[in-house]
Formats: sequence, C-alpha cells, structure tokens
Amino acid sequence: MNLPLELDLERKRFLSRRWFFRECGVGLGSIALASLLGDKASAAAAKPAAARSLPGAADPLAPKKGHFPGKAKSVIYLFMAGAPSQLELFDHKPTLAKYNGQPVPKDVLKGQTYAFIKPDSAIYAPEFKFARQGKSGAWISEALPELAGVADDITIVRSMTTDAFNHAPGQIFMNTGSQQFGRPSMGSWVTYGLGSQSQDLPGYVVMNSAGGLSGGAGNYGSGFLPSSYQGVLFRKGADPVLYLSNPAGMSPSLQRKTLDAVKDLNEQRLGVVGDPEIATRINAFEMAYRMQTSAPELMDISKESKETLEMYGAEPGKASFANNCLLARRLVERGVRFVQLFHEAWDHHSDVKGGVKGQAAITDKACAALVRDLKQRGLLDETLVVWGGEFGRTPQVEASAELGRSLGRDHHPQAFSMWFAGGGVKRGFSLGETDDFGFNVVKDKVHVHDLHATMLHLLGFDHEKLTFRFQGRDFRLTDVHGEVVKPMLV
Amino acid sequence: MNATPFHRLLRLGLAIAALGASPAWAATVDFAKDIQPIFEANCVKCHGPSRSENGLRLDLKTEAVKGGDHGPAFVAGKSAGSLLVQAVSGTHSEIARMPKKADALPPEKIALLRDWIDQGAVWPESAAAAKAGKHWAFQPITHPQPPKVGSRSRKAVRNPIDNFVLARLEHEKLAPSPEVDRTTLIRRLSLDLTGLPPTPAEVDAFVADRSTDAYAKAVERLLRSPHHGEKWARWWLDAARYADSNGFEKDRTRSIWPWRDWVIKAFNEDKPFDQFTREQLAGDLLAKAAPGAGGADMEIATGFLRNSMVNMEGGVEPEKFRVETIIDRVDAVGRTWLGLTIACAQCHNHKFDPISQKEYFQFYDFLNQDVEPKLDVPAKDTQAKRDAIAAAARAIEDKLLGDPDVAAKFVRWIDAAGSRAVDWQPIDPKEWHTTPMKFEKQEDFSLLGGGDVYNSGIIRVWVDLPQTNLTGFRFEALNHGNLPSDGPGLDGNGDFLITEFTVDATPLKELAAPNAGATNFVATTNRVKFVRASADVEAPGLPASAMIDGVTTNGGWGAAFTKGRRNQERRAVFQAEKPFGFEGGSRLLITINSKPGGGLNNSSDKVSSFIPGRFRLSTTAATDPLAADPLSEKQHAVASIPSAQRTTEQKRELLRVFLFQEPSLADAAKAWDEAWKGWPAAENTTLALRSRETRRDTRIFRRGDWQKPTTAVTADVPAVLPAFPADAPRDRLGLARWLVSMDNPLTARVIVNRVWQQYFGTGLVPTPEDFGTRADKPSHPELLDWLASEFMRRGWSMKELHRLIVQSATYRQSSRVAPEALEKDAYNRYLARGPRQRVDAEAVQDIALAASGLLSPKVGGPSVFPPLPDGVMALAYNQIAWNVSEGDDRYRRAMYTFWKRSVPYPAMLMFDTPAAEQSCVRRNRSNTPLQALTTLNEPTFKQAARWLAWRTLSAAPSDSARATWAFRQCVSRTPTIAETAVLLKLLASAREEFAAKPKDASQFAYSDPKNPAPLPPGASLGDLAAWSTVTRAILNLDETITKE
Repeated sequence: MNLPLELDLERKRFLSRRWFFRECGVGLGSIALASLLGDKASAAAAKPAAARSLPGAADPLAPKKGHFPGKAKSVIYLFMAGAPSQLELFDHKPTLAKYNGQPVPKDVLKGQTYAFIKPDSAIYAPEFKFARQGKSGAWISEALPELAGVADDITIVRSMTTDAFNHAPGQIFMNTGSQQFGRPSMGSWVTYGLGSQSQDLPGYVVMNSAGGLSGGAGNYGSGFLPSSYQGVLFRKGADPVLYLSNPAGMSPSLQRKTLDAVKDLNEQRLGVVGDPEIATRINAFEMAYRMQTSAPELMDISKESKETLEMYGAEPGKASFANNCLLARRLVERGVRFVQLFHEAWDHHSDVKGGVKGQAAITDKACAALVRDLKQRGLLDETLVVWGGEFGRTPQVEASAELGRSLGRDHHPQAFSMWFAGGGVKRGFSLGETDDFGFNVVKDKVHVHDLHATMLHLLGFDHEKLTFRFQGRDFRLTDVHGEVVKPMLV
Repeated sequence: MNATPFHRLLRLGLAIAALGASPAWAATVDFAKDIQPIFEANCVKCHGPSRSENGLRLDLKTEAVKGGDHGPAFVAGKSAGSLLVQAVSGTHSEIARMPKKADALPPEKIALLRDWIDQGAVWPESAAAAKAGKHWAFQPITHPQPPKVGSRSRKAVRNPIDNFVLARLEHEKLAPSPEVDRTTLIRRLSLDLTGLPPTPAEVDAFVADRSTDAYAKAVERLLRSPHHGEKWARWWLDAARYADSNGFEKDRTRSIWPWRDWVIKAFNEDKPFDQFTREQLAGDLLAKAAPGAGGADMEIATGFLRNSMVNMEGGVEPEKFRVETIIDRVDAVGRTWLGLTIACAQCHNHKFDPISQKEYFQFYDFLNQDVEPKLDVPAKDTQAKRDAIAAAARAIEDKLLGDPDVAAKFVRWIDAAGSRAVDWQPIDPKEWHTTPMKFEKQEDFSLLGGGDVYNSGIIRVWVDLPQTNLTGFRFEALNHGNLPSDGPGLDGNGDFLITEFTVDATPLKELAAPNAGATNFVATTNRVKFVRASADVEAPGLPASAMIDGVTTNGGWGAAFTKGRRNQERRAVFQAEKPFGFEGGSRLLITINSKPGGGLNNSSDKVSSFIPGRFRLSTTAATDPLAADPLSEKQHAVASIPSAQRTTEQKRELLRVFLFQEPSLADAAKAWDEAWKGWPAAENTTLALRSRETRRDTRIFRRGDWQKPTTAVTADVPAVLPAFPADAPRDRLGLARWLVSMDNPLTARVIVNRVWQQYFGTGLVPTPEDFGTRADKPSHPELLDWLASEFMRRGWSMKELHRLIVQSATYRQSSRVAPEALEKDAYNRYLARGPRQRVDAEAVQDIALAASGLLSPKVGGPSVFPPLPDGVMALAYNQIAWNVSEGDDRYRRAMYTFWKRSVPYPAMLMFDTPAAEQSCVRRNRSNTPLQALTTLNEPTFKQAARWLAWRTLSAAPSDSARATWAFRQCVSRTPTIAETAVLLKLLASAREEFAAKPKDASQFAYSDPKNPAPLPPGASLGDLAAWSTVTRAILNLDETITKE
C-alpha cells in the first residue's frame, strides 16, 4: 500500500526513534545532550553535511532514488507564460501567407471556439521569416537568432497540444496535469520523488521575471503533497527568500547566538518529551541559518566572469530573465532539483509582431546562453531544459475595436511548439507536424500528459508509479494518461 | 489435472445448462457466496484496483469479463477453455500457475470455479454493491455499550470515551499515560477550545483552583469565550474553501466575510449541527418557507456553497465554469458531510466505492438548480431606513388601492392591458459574440451574460429569418438572479445603458458557400432604417430615441430611476421605416452598443459595465405603429388573473406601472418616486445561493466532459446510502435534511471524526476525506459510533461534543512518550498518550500576538491586511493594493487575514493553511526551514518580540524574574533553571553587543527608529534591544508553537 507521505514520514521518524533508542542505547532520561547532539561548538559551526541529518529528524528532502537511473538529475523549466506564438517562432507555415485575410476552411475549424475571437476570423500571415538552422536544419524564425545558434543542441516539438484555452486553467494544466486547482505541480512531484541534492537551498526554486501569473501560486504549489515540496520563490534584493534577512540591527554573531539558545532550549525539551518532531525543527532552523548565507551567495552573480555575464546579458544587481537564467544554472550547480523560471509576457492578442519581437529581445540570448553554458560546464547531459508556454496562438487574426486590439492572435490549444535540451533529449532534432494552416497536429502529437510522462521518464520515473494516495485514490502527475515520447529521447 | 468421470458428467450436464435448462441435480454456484471470496482471497491483490497484472482485474465485473492481455479470463459455459481455470490448474502453456506466489487452490475451489463458469458465469450486478454495502461506514450508526474495563483501568475512567480507549489498551497490553500536569493541560485546553494560549493569570487561577469542578469550570469558561467560535470557524473554513478572492487569473476580490461571521456566530451560539447544515445548504429555501426574522442570516449561510472559485478570465465560456463550480460544490459537500470521494465518479463509475457515474450526476442535480446572487448586507440602521422607505411607498400604494375612483380606473386599465399586446416573435439567435464577456442562450431564447464584464460593451447577434414583412424589433432587458440586484444590467446597481441599436440585413442567397456560416463576413450595406424607438420607461435625459440617433459613443437609453423603479424588466421597440426582409430569407446582424464600465479597478469585485446582463430580441410584422408595452410578460400574467384572485402584492406590482400611466395620478406618482429617494446603499455584501424558478436539465456528461451531455437524470442519493425520503422535496433542503437525518450512516461519523482529528492530530479514521471502501478501518470503531450517536442524541450540539472529548481522561493524558509505547504504537493510534503537535498556521501567529500582548480581541468583520513583503503581490496576475491595516486591525487573529487565492498569505501558507482551491478536511503539518525564517523574521513576529520585550521589562524587576515572565507568556510553564540560564546567557551576550552598537540597538528594538516609542520606565535602549533578542528566541521555540 502506498501510504500517504505524511504517514510515511511519520514512519521514518518512528524508525529513527527506534534507531535512537536501540542503537544509541539511551533511554529517555539520558537522551539529553551528550551522545546524541554532540558538542555544542561543532553544532554551532553547523557543518552542512552533518547538520542535515540529526538523528530522529525526518527530512522530506533527503535525496531519493527514482524507479530507474534517470538521465536528468535536475530540470530548468523556462515557462513562457501567456503563450508565445508558435507561428512567429517555430512552426513555419507559408500557406498562411497565401490565404492571408481569408477565413479558415470550415473543415479545418470543426466547431472550435475561442476565448475572444470568432473562429471564422481571417487568416493572418506570420510576421517573421523562417530559415533552416544548424546542421540539423531546424526551422526557426528570424525572431530567435541566438537560439538558432544552438539549434543542434535542442529538440523542437511542433506537435504539442493541450486541453485548455484560458490562461489560468492552461497554466495549471501544464504545471499540474489538471485544469482544476489543488494538484501538486511538476516540480513538487519531482522533489517528492527525488528529494534534493542541496544541503542548504530548497529543492524546488521558482523565479519570475515579468507580469504576475494567471495561474497564480498554484503553478508551483504542492497541492496535496506536503508543503516541503512547494516551489520556493527567489526574488531579487536583500531578501531573495521571503523573511531571509535578519531584522535590522541583528548582527550575524548575535543571530548565531540566538539560534544557539533556541537550539539549546529545543534540545532540552527534546530530552524531556522525546518527540522527534523537535529534532526536525532543530534541523529546520539550522538549514534556515545556512540558507541565510547560501541564498544571498547564490544570488550574487557579480563574481561570474565577464564573458559569462555577457553571454547571458545578465547584469549584477538587476532583476531580469537573463539574470534568472544564469541563476538557474547556479542553482542546478548547487544541487537544486527543479528550477522554474516564469516569464509571463507572451499574451499577444494585439500586435503579435511587436510583442514577439520585444520578448525575443529579452529572452532569446539568455535561453541560448543557458544551453551553451550548461554544455560547456558539462551540466547539460544531466540537466533537462524545457522551454514553452501553456498553449499556442491562432492562425487567425484577433482584432477588436472595443478592446483596442489589432493584428494579434488569440489562444489556440490544438497546436503549439516547445523546445527541450539536455537531460537525455536528442540534439538537433525536430518532432511533429501541423497541417498547412498550423491549426491541428497531423503527426506525432504530444499531449501535455505525454510531456509529463516524458519528463518524469528522463528523471528516472515510471510516471504510472510515481503516485500519492489522497482521498482514497492514487494520484499521479499524468492522471490516467500519458505516454513517453520515445522518438525525442537519446 | 485429468477430468474425473464426475467432472465429465458434470460438464455434460452443463452443456445442457448452457442451453438454458438447469439440471436439477447440479447445485447452483452462487457468485457472491462461492466465487467472489475466492477471487478476493487469492486473485485481486495482483488483479485488482491497485495492480492489474497483465491488464486483468477480477474485482469488477466489466473488467473481468473483458479479461487481460491474454484475452477473456473465462467464457461462459466453457470452463475447460477458460484461461481462469487453466491458470489456477497450472495447465496453460504460457501463464504461470495462479496464484503465482502462493499455494495452489484446493481442488474443491477449482471445481467451484469450473462449475460457476459452466453454469454460465453468472456475475450479478448487485454483487459489487452488496459487498460494498457491507462496508462498515455504510452500516447504521449504533450506540454501543461502553465496554467494561479491568479494575486498574476503571480508576482512570472519566467518561465512556475512556472505556473504549482503555479496553483497547488492555487488549494491546499498553498502559495509558498519567494525567498531564495542570499547566500543560490548561494550555492544551485553551488552544483547542479557543486557538489562543492561556494568560499566565488564567494558568495560575486554574492551577490554584483545587475544587473538583475546576476543570469543568475552565471548559465552560473557554466554551463561552467569543474566541471559541473563531477557532472552530477556521476549522470549518478549511472544508468550505473560504477565500476573499475568486481564484483563477483575474482573482478579483469578493466579499463573503459575512458568511464567515455567520459561522463564528453559529459556533459561539452552539447552533445545532443539523440546523447549521440545513441553513448552509438551503438557508434561502428555509427563509422562503418561513418568512420572518432570521431570513437574511439564513440566506447568508448559503455562502458555504458560494465559496467555489470563479473564473472571470477574459473569454471564458461561462457554462464551462458554471459546471466546474457545481462539480466543486458536489466535491465540497461530499467531502465535508459524507467523507466520500464522490468526485471520483464524475467521469466514470467510482473505481472503489459503490457510486456510479449516474449517481454522481443525480447528486449533482441537487446543486444544479440555482442562481448566484450577491446579497446586500446593510447595517441595522441602514436596514431600518430601508424598511421605513419601503413602508412609506407602500402607504401611498395602500391609499391608492383603497380609493374607489382609482380602483375603478385601475381595473379598467388592467383589463385593457391584455389587448395591447402585439404579436412579438422571439428570435432564436444563431450566433452571438461579445468580448471579453460571453452570453449563454437560455431556454426562452434570452441571452444571459457571464465571464469578465470588464470593458465589455458591444453585443452582436446573428439570426436567419425567412420573413419579408418585418416591421420592427423589440428588445427586452430581463432580470436574472446572477445579475447585480437581479439586473437587468451589469452595472453595480443592475442598471444598463444602451447607446445604439442597429440591424443589418443581408440576403441569404448572397451568402453562398464556402462562407455560409462565416458571420464575420456579412456585408453590412443593408442597414435597416428605424423611424421610431420607444421604451416602457425612460430615465430623464436618456430617451429611447437616442438608440437610433447614429451616435454609439454617448447618450443612449437608460431606465434607471430611484430604487422603486430599478431592477425591473424593461423593453424598447424599434419601428422600421418600411417592412423589410429579402426573398429567400435574410441574415440579420443585430448590434447592441452599450456603455462599457471602464475606468474601474480591474481587480475589484465592483468591475461593472452598463451592458445588459440578460436580454431577448423579438420581431413582429404588425402594421400598427409600434409602442413599448408598459407591462412585462410577467406582469401580463398577473394582469390575466381575475381581479378577485389577485393578491395585494400582485395588485401593487401592477399599480406601480399604472401609477405612471394614468395622468390623473401624476402627483401620487411623483410622491411615490420621491418616497424612494434617499434609499441608502448597503454597507456590505455577501455571496449567496437562490433556487432557480425552473428546473435545470441535468445530464450525465460522457467522460465528465460538459460538452458531451447524455442521459438526463434527476436528483437522488447513492443507492448504497439510505434512500431519499419519497415525500421530501428533491432540492437542497431535502438534501440537507437527508444529510443530517438520524439514519444517515456517514454525516455524524464524519463530523465527530474531524473534531477528534482536531484534538488528537489524527482521526479515529485517519482519512477524514475518505470513509469509502479503501479507507483504513477506524482505530476504535465502537468509540466512533458511540461518539456519533451521542452527538446526534445530544441534539447535534457541537459544544456537547467538545465537552465529551475534553472531559475524557484520554484527552487529559500526558503527551510524553515512553520508549515502549513508541515501539508499540508509533502513530498513537491506540491513544496511550495525549496529543502533541505543532499548532495550526493561524495559532502560530495568534500565539505570538497573544503572548506579546499585541492581539486585538475584535471578533468578526471584513478581512484585514497585515504586512505583506514587497514583491509578493507582483506574482499575482491581477494585483491589488495591499494597504497594510492600521491600528488594531494590524494585529487581528490570523483567520481574518485577507486570503487572495493566487497569492496566499505566505506566513500562513508556509504553515500549511490550505490554499482554498478546494475543500480541505485534513491539513498537512509540515516542519520546514521556511517556517523557521518566518517566525524569526516576519514583521508581525518581529513586532511581537519587541512588544513582548517591552512588557517584560516593565513586568518584573530582576532579569531572572523577567525571563520567567516572558517564558510563561509563550509556553505557560515556568522555565527550568537550565533553561533560565540559557536565556540569561543570551541576554548577557545581547546586552554586551548592543552596548557597543547603540545604532543596532535602536534599529532592532524600534519598529520605527525615527519615531521611537517611549522606553519602559527605568529601562535603557540596550535593555529593550537585548530583551527583544531574548523574547525573539522564546517566540521561536518549538514548544511555543506546539500543543503539548
């Protein structure tokens, strides 16, 4: 039986208590400080590796093994929220230019409804030129010149499809496998399954570089999984993690003394009441303390080489998508399991040309740099990079006098494009095709559930077996669907 | 295995049986009695719900018949050829002998399987239900006699709960823990009954009170506390998924806190749980059935159901998300009252529990019959003013109705009203479009608006009509319960303002293929010319004629006046210059321009538009000059009632129209209008539910897809549960009564289990959300039943239930754990010790506020805004101004913190407050580094440390006395010498440090160093900073945020 995780943790606490009583040979009376907690001086020094596992404490983020050895050890998910236009970036459709201004044939439409436009709105010719890039000859538009430079390192999937065509449900679906809120996000599932390699940073880190998220915090929430697996938001500024900084006037040395006092008192209480939950809390305070150093250190990119900063277009002290890409690399270097960068800026209902151009200028260089940088550091093979939004955009034009919109594209769930790099994904590979109008997928359809199955596979999981019992049911990221997309795997 | 002669004979006989004749000598195999137990004992572990090896499941008929990867498991009448028999006999060439990892089945069981197959493999549909029907949770609740316990245990018994627990402990050879010390006990009790720690004075009083009823008195004091209702309301809010915003992308603010106040009040008043249930699920129906006092409160109670998320994202399909709302309500009701995962039967029959998809939708039908109003919640004074205004208007009406002259004219006018009706043909719209809001067609061809109204202003409707002699159009603005104040418009008051009304016609013949359906491509050259527009009512300066003046940007027709004439159905008619309509039919594009409500904050729930919220279009070929009928369809229906049978209210309804039609009553009409002036706006609003006038058709959705409706169903409850009473109304009230009927095996068990969980951390059933067949058996089944039956017998009194639990010796045990007890019962399921757990997120904050003395005791009211770190709101798609509350509201109990679903308040989310995206009946209880950072550095906690230090300095003269005083504020007990030593050591270090760095001291000790608060008498800044360091440490102790 797959016990709910909290009971599982409870069990671990119990087992460690047994260990505690049996192996340490101590009774409750002598639990106190001596043998177990070591001398205080060394505890105060907080050696990361040792401090991680105070006996008796449960550590939900302890590294775990998947069902089989996965190619990818960590994930960097560049979530292009708002839904970038695949027709301006990856899905080359010359036919649209030919039919510009005419309605989409009815047999293609098949009763589709849209968020804003009427389905019989006119076809809109894509705004950018396309060319074949790299040795692999992948079609990439002129809007992404930098990505073109790493075309041979990535897999482009042009046959993505989803079920949702409003932003919030679409994002939630892409991140949790369900359109209904309340399910764990992919990053939570992965850290639940694999734990984290990092001793002093959270296992699942989230950063944001544009507008607020339509799907809100549910995009990186832990749903019914314990909140230890929630995505932790890192921000620019003095408090990269919420409430990280000491209060003004509290020096590091006095902070340490305060924590020593807290620890001492907690240890005394542990000796009296024997509840290993106290040991877990002692560890949590120690990790919090380590995070007070490690998080600012992580966020400080000023010591990166000039070349690196230039490659990303990152600037120390600023907040940007480029900085976040660089930080993502630094995070996976430090063992963080799942990094998700949100960039909600692609909802181009109007002026898709200007919009895509503008966002490409902000993101293209950094995305390509991330792939290059991971590669040159030997991290790409074990890091899965994912780029994509929550759905695609219509081949038809969106225009509306009342909403002040023109030459835009509406939401399109049937077909969109994503790209992947590293972590066991083929290099210089393209998968899937849409019809001449870019309307429907006609070859190698990849549904969101398939994407999830594939990502979990790359991390070493059988997606049907990574489950969590909740409400009497074994839930999984892929619900009851999902097939691993084998053609894109190395 | 070789067939014996007997078997051969048997098979011969069965060949006959397969033909339909049952041989008298062959004993019939009974599936439920003979076969299902074999499957269950030997097969379903691997071929069942959790694993289905080789695709085979033998727990469900449909699956078993289908078979697995090797094909059907059995073929009726052919045992020898059936894989099942070959597998258990070990005769199949590829399939290993089954069961694979166990002994072979005994021959008689194999024979039974053969016989069963040969007799036709009869697997009655009822088998599954019958089996599930035996599941403990579906059995009637019993009232077990408390078991007798041994003489040693007997001394420990305080009430019957202990008999059940002690009997179990005896059986497990475990000893109960001794009673906890009185200090810990009163802290535990205070936290459990009020969510707040006791003050040291309360602790001292309790410890000093040696009377035999000291504890009982403490219980009563805490149950009487207004904070009791707060604590248990928060418990209920989890299940109700309460939040202050809609969720989804727009996540606009909503006002539904009056419902939260209702819950607090209900718990404080100990409203019996059955009544509590009926009001929340059907308060509107109760109020309607028994008008009078309390009706408004009962309507507010229906907010439970309205706590669903609402998707207002631009361009959403309102029906899709209406359906999702109902699904959410089914889930919430199923989880909260029944402890069943009904939602699992939404797409297919429930995999484990006896709930079919049909039953799911029958249950859904109960909740599918409503409109969703926003209720005014006026203050008392305001309500009194409103009542006075309504009374004044009624007095004028009464006077007129009592005047024989007027009455005579009135009757004549009514009689004439029917004859004025023009033959209007409602248009059945072919297509329609608005953006970003959307309209849904209703049964009467009206269009009802929903989704995001922000900036919505233009409605386009397309229709194909065959007539060639159309003379005009009628536009009806109609009421609907979803609209503000019933509409008909979507402005905050329910008003509308139409700036222009146009009709463009195109000959259908010209719309040749391929674009026949391409409504966007209709040429708009044939605009119908209107010569006259009139309306039943025109607001001053907003005449109907403005709708045909060619100006779309301003002016227009509005019908809003004073409250007395607001929110009525209104109509306007448009007369064409000449009859129109093309031979062979016309495609009409009807465009209704209205004034969009821009300029309002997009994040507010007050986003509005003057677009009509529900309307209907009609055409006519009447040749007379067209004029708007003063009466609506509904009023015509009233007018057709014989005058003797008309009620006074019906008379009033017509009189209010007549008043403005009859010239001789101009003065009275003016007075009546005047009377309504000064109608005060309500201070607050809340979301509620109201029944629709007509029943909505509920259909089973294929695979749960709302776009694939199939068979129609009507309201009913799952067959495995007690039948829905034949004479009960099949509505929410009927459902509520059924839920809290004494026969319902689930509700009382589910509720007492959740209450138990709140006290002990784990319920008697550890999965309060699932009492189905997959749930663990209760640890103490008799105790669960005893508590459930007592709960009902004691009139569903929640406070009685609390008394029972907290008076028990079981509850009063020490939570310290002996190694042997831990070995035997790691989860404390046998209850050999008291509970010890980290308090809920809200209490984490409330303890800090209470201990420091900052806590505001104010109960109820709108949500508040404690400090939110910079940048957190930036994560929201739709950001709201988070203006930090001032004064007392800054330090309210955490349960009042404004809950924005897309950006949940971090300090609470981190401690596992559920995100309110769905009903939650069991919280996680995590223990993370982010929690440590929160209690160390979050502004409210920082301020608590400072204020506690300030008070500490004034409270006692010596440092060691101060350490004790501060420590007791947080954990109630006195520190040990060793603990005091640790605190004083920290104090000394801090004093030393701050003495050297006065600037640090000022920054740390003052929340606003530029405007420092006065120091405690006799204390220095260094003292305050140093003590703030110490109090911060105490506030961060595990024990401070733990119920021991």
